[in-house]
Amino acid sequence: MKINKYELDVFKKASLCRNFELEVCNNLENNNIKFPVYLSAGQEYISASIAVIINNLNVEPLIFAQHRCHSVYLSFGGNIVSLIDELLGKKTGCTYGMGGSASIHSLKINMYGHDGHMGTQVPIAVGACFSSKKPTVVFIGDSAAEEDYVLAALGWASTKNLPIVFIVEDNNLSILTKKKVRRNWNIHDVAKSFKMKAFEIEDDSNQILNYQSFFFKKPLLLNIKTNRIFWHAGAGQDPGKKFDRYSDKLNKIGDQAFQIDKNNKKKIKKLWLKQLEKQ
Amino acid sequence: MVKTVRETIKFIVKDHLLKFNGLAFGQCLTAVGWVGGTLPELYEKEGMIELATSDVSNGGIVVGAGLMNKRPIYIIRYQGFNWYNCPMIINYACKSKEIWKVPCPIFIRSIGMEGGIGPVAGSSHHSLYYRMPGIKIASPMTPKEYLSVYKKFMKDDNVYYISEHRKSYDNSLELKDILNYNRLDIIIFAISITRFESLKAKKILNKKGIKVGIANILWLKPLKIKKLWLQALIKSKSGGIVIDDDYEDGVAKNIANDLSILSGKKIYTMGLKNRTAGFHSKVDNLPPSSTEISKKIFKILRFNLSKKK
Repeated sequence: MKINKYELDVFKKASLCRNFELEVCNNLENNNIKFPVYLSAGQEYISASIAVIINNLNVEPLIFAQHRCHSVYLSFGGNIVSLIDELLGKKTGCTYGMGGSASIHSLKINMYGHDGHMGTQVPIAVGACFSSKKPTVVFIGDSAAEEDYVLAALGWASTKNLPIVFIVEDNNLSILTKKKVRRNWNIHDVAKSFKMKAFEIEDDSNQILNYQSFFFKKPLLLNIKTNRIFWHAGAGQDPGKKFDRYSDKLNKIGDQAFQIDKNNKKKIKKLWLKQLEKQ
Repeated sequence: MVKTVRETIKFIVKDHLLKFNGLAFGQCLTAVGWVGGTLPELYEKEGMIELATSDVSNGGIVVGAGLMNKRPIYIIRYQGFNWYNCPMIINYACKSKEIWKVPCPIFIRSIGMEGGIGPVAGSSHHSLYYRMPGIKIASPMTPKEYLSVYKKFMKDDNVYYISEHRKSYDNSLELKDILNYNRLDIIIFAISITRFESLKAKKILNKKGIKVGIANILWLKPLKIKKLWLQALIKSKSGGIVIDDDYEDGVAKNIANDLSILSGKKIYTMGLKNRTAGFHSKVDNLPPSSTEISKKIFKILRFNLSKKK
């Protein structure tokens, strides 16, 4: 398959994220990690695509995320060893051993930590964007999108016409409760009613790319449908076979992708072993 | 010309916005009255930011401004509105320095008042914040106190909760500790608006020959216990009493415990009664009045005297 630079750059980032998460999974099973971990495997194509688009726009945004954020951190260039150290509870971790898996933070990439209340990053990001006037990107889940303070903050971001992008990683699940059980509305419809540009799309990098012209001009919300591979927390897997964007792209791209995947697997494993030996 | 607390706050906010390029956030700031006359007539272009009527998200928006080191002043027009405003301040801004090594300084102007305004808007609610780490709490009731607290904030990178009270806004007098007897019967440790009623109570009790000392608690957290307070407490006949404008089961009992441990004396407490305030004066829940304070002290002293006999 002929592949353009954008697609390849996205795959490289997604591959790094996927292999990192698979190695975290191994370390969870080997009991090297001693607290709840929220794996982003399955959803990495979103943050990888967004990071490449923003990088190509030559923008260094403020980044806000919550749990299931390892891929956000890695996609935006966060240091891999610092994340490993964080998951091992070391002071050399990106969040000084305080953040665990759910509160990843790194000022080197302008990524601000999360306090543990789902969706609080939305009003906080809106306030940061408003007062600094800096382009801002916020990642939330479909469940966090239901928090009242998220909805109110969307309204204020629209009122103030802020250069902010809201990315909803919609895996259709809150723990195990499906979206249709929780609500009869769509977050992109709500955003539209707040007079924002808002769209619902799939986690295909090419689909996401179609919306880059809207980035950081006015508030934008993308509800991106995706699938998580692992449970809400830990290394368990949801029953049934789900579509996996990463595997799909791996197979479509072919040899070049398999080589990238292999190299990343090796690189990540080596880094983990090195950090574990230092324990 | 002597400034009132109101004029002092107004001056501080104006300077904060125009001189220091800071921001002030709140709901309905630019309305008639300008929050009890404590705000200068400035608008968004000068940094006076009107938030939507969304208590649940507004605290977070201010935290975002704090993270960007804009040193926001957050005006909460009734302290009870903190129930929905404080979660992100307490759980993010107050912890930010400790977890992420990113200070998030915010100056929260939280305004207390009471009398016919019901179960939420009435009284002070500093106890809400008190139990959590990463916050400093002061309750200035005089112009100099207010200015000193603000100046401290500008040199600090912590979150400050300022427990204001509307009834102090007209005050232009400085309130000093009164511990000038050799051996006091009891010492009142007064917080917020109760400081004014405590002074009146002292006069009532003095007339009955009871020697009452007054210690003004400006800093609730960290609690600043002066040496003189402890010396007077240790020498006192019947210990002390902490009086607050928040519920008695809150800050008052915490401070009483600290004072008691350090002095070895019994420390009593008074505050809002353990019941919900209604709107009518018959069912309101007001801070202790001078009559109530003097009655309670009289009772304490009589009880202690009868025990000795």
